[in-house]
Amino acid sequence: MSAQTLYDKLWQSHVVHTEPDGTALLYIDRHLLHEVTSPQAFEGLRLAGRKPWRLSANLAVADHNVPTTGLAQGIADPIARLQVETLDQNCMELGITEFRMGDPRQGIVHVIGPEQGATLPGMTVVCGDSHTSTHGAFGALAHGIGTSEVEHVLATQCLLQKKSRAMLVRVEGALGKGVTAKDIALAVIGQIGTAGGNGYAIEFGGSAIRALSMEGRMTLCNMAIEAGARAGMVAVDDTTINYVKGRPFAPKADQWERATAYWHTLVSDSGAHFDALVEVDGAAIKPQVTWGTSPEMVVAVDGKVPDPMAEADPVKRSGIERALAYMGLQANTPIVQIAVDKVFIGSCTNSRIEDLRAAAAIAKGKHKAANIKQVLVVPGSGLVKQQAEQEGLDKIFVEAGFEWRDPGCSMCLAMNADRLEPGERCASTSNRNFEGRQGQGGRTHLVSPAMAAAAAIAGHFVDVRELMSEV
Amino acid sequence: MEKFTRLDGLVAPLDRANVDTDAIIPKQFLKSIKRSGFGSNLFDEWRYFDHGEPGQDCSGRPLNQDFVLNQPRYQGAQILLARENFGCGSSREHAPWALLDYGFRVVIAPSFADIFFNNCFKNGILPIVLDAAAVDELFRETLAKEGSRLTVDLDAQTVTTPAGKVLSFEVDGFRKHCLLNGLDDIGLTLQHADKIKAYEERRRQSEPWVFM
Ligand code: SF4
Repeated sequence: MSAQTLYDKLWQSHVVHTEPDGTALLYIDRHLLHEVTSPQAFEGLRLAGRKPWRLSANLAVADHNVPTTGLAQGIADPIARLQVETLDQNCMELGITEFRMGDPRQGIVHVIGPEQGATLPGMTVVCGDSHTSTHGAFGALAHGIGTSEVEHVLATQCLLQKKSRAMLVRVEGALGKGVTAKDIALAVIGQIGTAGGNGYAIEFGGSAIRALSMEGRMTLCNMAIEAGARAGMVAVDDTTINYVKGRPFAPKADQWERATAYWHTLVSDSGAHFDALVEVDGAAIKPQVTWGTSPEMVVAVDGKVPDPMAEADPVKRSGIERALAYMGLQANTPIVQIAVDKVFIGSCTNSRIEDLRAAAAIAKGKHKAANIKQVLVVPGSGLVKQQAEQEGLDKIFVEAGFEWRDPGCSMCLAMNADRLEPGERCASTSNRNFEGRQGQGGRTHLVSPAMAAAAAIAGHFVDVRELMSEV
Repeated sequence: MEKFTRLDGLVAPLDRANVDTDAIIPKQFLKSIKRSGFGSNLFDEWRYFDHGEPGQDCSGRPLNQDFVLNQPRYQGAQILLARENFGCGSSREHAPWALLDYGFRVVIAPSFADIFFNNCFKNGILPIVLDAAAVDELFRETLAKEGSRLTVDLDAQTVTTPAGKVLSFEVDGFRKHCLLNGLDDIGLTLQHADKIKAYEERRRQSEPWVFM
């Protein structure tokens, strides 16, 4: 057999049937559900008189609408409350496992899947959410789907799919101090653009990726969708297997050896063919800050806001002009001179324990700057919250004037009460800086957790590497 | 799903790249548990000057007259002309639901984000990829002449301009078949139920932990 990519292997092992035009019926191992994209799917299922094909494949959690403070009072907004109650109701009626509000296992769907071991190497994982690409960090084929497809998976345990092309993003070299997986993600998107991965499944490889923790790999794969790719993935190695071991849904003792033997084969064979190759010098990556309204509008922290006059392409030039107007920025302003109003540390990109540790390391013994109105720290799950509290991270944050919240999506998309006011500028560890994403008129700059904490302390963007060399 | 065969429709040009699904339908409208009624909130933050909330009557809201869909000449448009990477961002199917509810059946762009592209087909919207130069030309023609229309023929896979120029586009055979006939994907897939069961049986043997 010829050399295969990891993607080839994952794809091939899940094909149930192929149509003459190459459209495949792909079997889905794990289906994650949340309250926003599922109600219409459950309704469709019911109207058609259908039942879920395999109940045990499904795991549900409410995350987008849940409040991150005053949980005991429930959700104030009646429309949001109805949506969460609808999920509860649907799961209860059909017998789908759900982690409800108040359960310590509740959290952002892309944090809890891996945390529970519900995401395993070799699986196909889908969810009605674009950041499902996160789960590819485990050597899984994982991608977001729409609500019609949620219904399709519920009813048939399969999806109709066309195979994507394969892209290898190879990051070689050791990352510098203060440079994280988030910076790799933003640097790659800056290099290939938000449409650069359209039609591709991206595998991240190279020595810099091998050296990343599972948290880092999840951050990276999470942002694959922002590069236009549906799926991002990383080959299985000991880091993957050590992370999975002992988690509630992971294979138990009698199957563990067999599982790990198989999982170790989930790597691209040497000489496997990729349709596209992107090479990145990991050692050259600096902490990144987005300046515009698309993740590709990004520069290194020691850079400047670009000048639209320097752009020859008229569509791009007007895009830059529009972004600068929306963001309230002048061309050629050094990034470190941009003051921020609020800071958000959280989201499925950066709300895991390592992210919180990185932010706490910067905030320790310091206090937020006078001009900073609010710093939200929102752990990705109840279990992440517990872990952080055991390590005393919550105290560091509170002493620094940060707010320590309950888990949820929070100000990543501002569906709950956590949001920016018009014109407010935010350093955010989330994944999208689109217009209005964090609240209508809000201005988002995407950064790593350490960079976000540093901005909170300084009141403006700073190069976190300088802070680190001080100690 | 409503079938799509042929459409002769008015074109609205949305001259922006990377139009994301947050822009197509902002998040506050995602709280709905219904599939319908999103049309009046399509492009909400661009269309209106105030902040919209679900369930609100939009008829009295302050309109941004500069926004293309608010201009009288584009009222009743069924074809949306856009720039590259249309529909990027969140997987929300509320985006095609909003476009459809507003009246769009076709979106033409040089490229689309993957999930959005897929979601369109599930809802009877035809997303058409044409090369950037052709799209540029369509923008010019649409802006130059009021009432500019295009004829889209899915069976023939063509877009015909008022000047009679015929542009061809690609579409996967299976998707085309489903759209032309308004077929329900789930029903089609369930015709393969035996194959799915046989597949599951094999995997239960080789990877039992997946089925715990
Ligand atoms: S944290 Fe943000 S990006 Fe992640 S699932 Fe929630 S809303 Fe989506």
